[in-house]
Amino acid sequence: MNRSLLIYACKRVVYAVPTILGLLVLVFVISRVIPADPAALVAGEMATPQQVEALRKQYRFDEPLPVQLVLYLKRLAKGDMGKSLYSGRKVFDDLVDRFPATLELTLVSMVLSILIGVPLGILAALKRNSVLDHLLRGVTVAGLAIASFWLGIMLQLFFSMWLGITPLGGRIGMSVDPPASITGMYILDALLTLNGRALWSAAVHMILPSLTLAFASFATITRFTRSGVLDVVQQDFITYERAMGLPPRLVIYKYLLRNAIIATVTQIGLLFGLLLAGTVVIETVFDWPGLGLYAFNAIVLSDYQAILGVTLLAGIAYVTVNLLVDIALSLIDPRKAET
Amino acid sequence: MKGFRLAWKKFTRDRLAFTGFVIIFVLLLAALFAPVLAPYPEDTFQIHPADRLQPPSAEHLLGTDSMGRDILSRLLFGTRVTLVIAVIAVGVSLLIGVPLGLVAGYFENLFSEGIMRVADIFLSIPQVILAIFLAQSFRPSIRSVILALSITYWPWFTRIVYAETRALKKRAFLEATEAVGAGSLRTIVLHVLPNVSSSIIVRSSIGMGFTILTAATLGFLGVGAQPPTPEWGVTIAESRQFLPDAWWYATFPGLAIFIVVMGFNMLGDGLRDILDPRIRRGFD
Amino acid sequence: MTGSNDRLLEVNDLTVHFHTDRGVVQALDRVQLFVDRGEVVGLIGESGSGKTTATRSVLRILPPSARIAGGRIRFDGRNLLTMSEKELNATVRGRGISLVPQDPFNSLNPVFTVGTQVRDILKWKGGRGPSGSIEMERALDMLREVQIPSPWEQLKRYPHQFSGGQRQRLMIAMALLPRPGLVIADECTTALDVTVEAQILALLRGLVREMNVSVLFITHDLGVASQICRRIVVMYAGQDMEDAPSERLFERPGHPYTRELLESLPTPGGDIRDIPGEVPSLLRPPEGCRFHPRCPSASADCRRKRPEKVEIEPGHWVRCFHPVESQP
Repeated sequence: MNRSLLIYACKRVVYAVPTILGLLVLVFVISRVIPADPAALVAGEMATPQQVEALRKQYRFDEPLPVQLVLYLKRLAKGDMGKSLYSGRKVFDDLVDRFPATLELTLVSMVLSILIGVPLGILAALKRNSVLDHLLRGVTVAGLAIASFWLGIMLQLFFSMWLGITPLGGRIGMSVDPPASITGMYILDALLTLNGRALWSAAVHMILPSLTLAFASFATITRFTRSGVLDVVQQDFITYERAMGLPPRLVIYKYLLRNAIIATVTQIGLLFGLLLAGTVVIETVFDWPGLGLYAFNAIVLSDYQAILGVTLLAGIAYVTVNLLVDIALSLIDPRKAET
Repeated sequence: MKGFRLAWKKFTRDRLAFTGFVIIFVLLLAALFAPVLAPYPEDTFQIHPADRLQPPSAEHLLGTDSMGRDILSRLLFGTRVTLVIAVIAVGVSLLIGVPLGLVAGYFENLFSEGIMRVADIFLSIPQVILAIFLAQSFRPSIRSVILALSITYWPWFTRIVYAETRALKKRAFLEATEAVGAGSLRTIVLHVLPNVSSSIIVRSSIGMGFTILTAATLGFLGVGAQPPTPEWGVTIAESRQFLPDAWWYATFPGLAIFIVVMGFNMLGDGLRDILDPRIRRGFD
Repeated sequence: MTGSNDRLLEVNDLTVHFHTDRGVVQALDRVQLFVDRGEVVGLIGESGSGKTTATRSVLRILPPSARIAGGRIRFDGRNLLTMSEKELNATVRGRGISLVPQDPFNSLNPVFTVGTQVRDILKWKGGRGPSGSIEMERALDMLREVQIPSPWEQLKRYPHQFSGGQRQRLMIAMALLPRPGLVIADECTTALDVTVEAQILALLRGLVREMNVSVLFITHDLGVASQICRRIVVMYAGQDMEDAPSERLFERPGHPYTRELLESLPTPGGDIRDIPGEVPSLLRPPEGCRFHPRCPSASADCRRKRPEKVEIEPGHWVRCFHPVESQP
């Protein structure tokens, strides 16, 4: 890593700080300004008026907003996000417990959509206007128009209910003990502990949720890779490399690809947001015990603090991933570090 | 006028855009004439427990739901809900997003910097999650969904209009660092807006599809429209406990969402090709 | 006339068409052209006259819409048009013939260091020493040769960190590294400013002499061509109009087009005169001689058939029915 890159990374981190701060303030303002009575919303529908008043005191909802904001930021700094009505535990602890399941699902989906989308995008571009290209265009257009919860239900209906070849939901079979927790991600933990039974069960449970979640991002990645390749093929330096008789494989897989992939990598940050949002729906459909299902349960029970916590965490995760993507991008494209 | 006719000719020749247009046209007709088209218009709310969960037949082309209501009729009425949500949400996003984008792009000062930072902050939370949070803060209802979608979608318009306005300025027929005043307002409305309008139109079409999808998602999760509203996402959520037997219950509303969103996306993609400024210059 | 053993590149009756949405663009019409060993030949014409199409045909890197509709291209005695892609890559592109491209700003790959790109040229284009190792030493020598200071450091840098002139020096070094027989320099100074252009021309002239390599120098600028080329071929609208030694071409142009071209050059007096008429569309090029609609001495013949090339003096060919009278 050279100096200009390091400077760029630092700059980018510094730039992300006000965004995260702004995000915290935005969530705070929404939670205090929009509801008719924030205390009542936090207390939940079952709360007695006395309980609401107690909460109002505890969180000092009577104070002016700026004072509340400071108090709220102070509490957040200590990891205090309030208590969940539904689990009765601290929201922060719930989020920590459920984060690995969602991370695992998101990562597998991301890897799947990249592993399938990038090669298909390249192929479609190199064989432009072929049957494959047209077919892929159809699939990718569909991928952006399908409601993922419906796709999940249809896959469940077909593969789990009719054919009975995939589990209906959950992370691991009822009769299988989860692997010893190291990272909290079952597949990874099963690999690390050489637990074959758990690995198989976790992998089988992963198939439908990850494919459903990956579909939309696969479509986007294929599209952007295809247009990226088509864009680069016309560049002077590719013509030059061909004219100099460098082997076509070298030109395509080394020189062309790294340029073309820039457009794709730029998308990955955005796609992560799509995936994160998608987990709410997918985890609901497949009963996947992560943050998404937690959010859904919170919706059903009007568990406001929990929803607030998920929103904050999703925002922070999304900003962080985009930060990492930008830094990764500057590793691929040296020009970026200098702007 | 000649320009319009040429554009129309090009439009009808573009298979993608035209198919999208036809789908949306049919959707509009369905929404408009739902009471006439629906075989059982009263089934929006009336229940017939005796006819519950009938598979598709001549009587009920797409079957019935758990309350014995005709699914086709409810789908047709659902187009109204969907269109109302999407049109208002995209409309409000336009009204907020476009002026902000124009101002931020046209002026180069702290204020425009501020607008873009705020837009960035709104975009820093994945849309569906922010929309859930908002809708939950408002208390779930169709009105909340519309508000939530408007509040989460405007930054996309701001970003695009901002980028286009800045590009336009760079192309240098605008010398614009004058003070804020009637003069600059005139320039923005008369010169900048027409030049960025094609991007706005394209984005609106794609935004309609996107908004319909998100609205259905919110309905499915229970933060949007509430039963017995014949909203498509809500219907799919209701259907889940009757699978796998009542497969039609979940299948058809999902297909309806798919076709409509596809229509808007195809129209948007097609319009992008047609309205591309480089091509448009030919008949301006 | 030189013996045929000295012929390095020979293009005969080359016809190239582009198939576009709006019709067939007849980009080249039976073009003839040759380069002898050790010779520096200029290929001159306005933009759209077919210079770049001609060189791309030689390297067989035409875009997919192009068809070579007729003619022969021989390099070093071998037919390039029937050669397989594989053989072309193994023996011609970057080996026998290498390229100094038009635009140094976009011709280096932006996301790889210059060193990577130089190393790949060496690795694939015959830069291996007796032990099979890649001869980085030779590359460094070559970079010093093109006056790039502290080359070892430079190899670690990315293209955008170099100036235009430096990049063109790099391109020249990369073109010469494989010890090619022929270098095609395609408008290689057009994108540079005048002082840098002069430096690059001087550098190229020196290196070419030193290494005894042939050059096909493509330009739209007669002034630049006259500084470096021994012989010049003039193209217009896809046809080759004239082929003559440089001095002779400037003193006694044989083709009316060449004469008009020379007269349109800015003179020290400051007068610029345009050639009357417009460059024809190659979708529907004029019949016969493509210059006839603008030619002051056009006759009925010129409108019907394309003139053959006539050798009006040894080494001076003109494709015209009415060559300009030689003024003694």
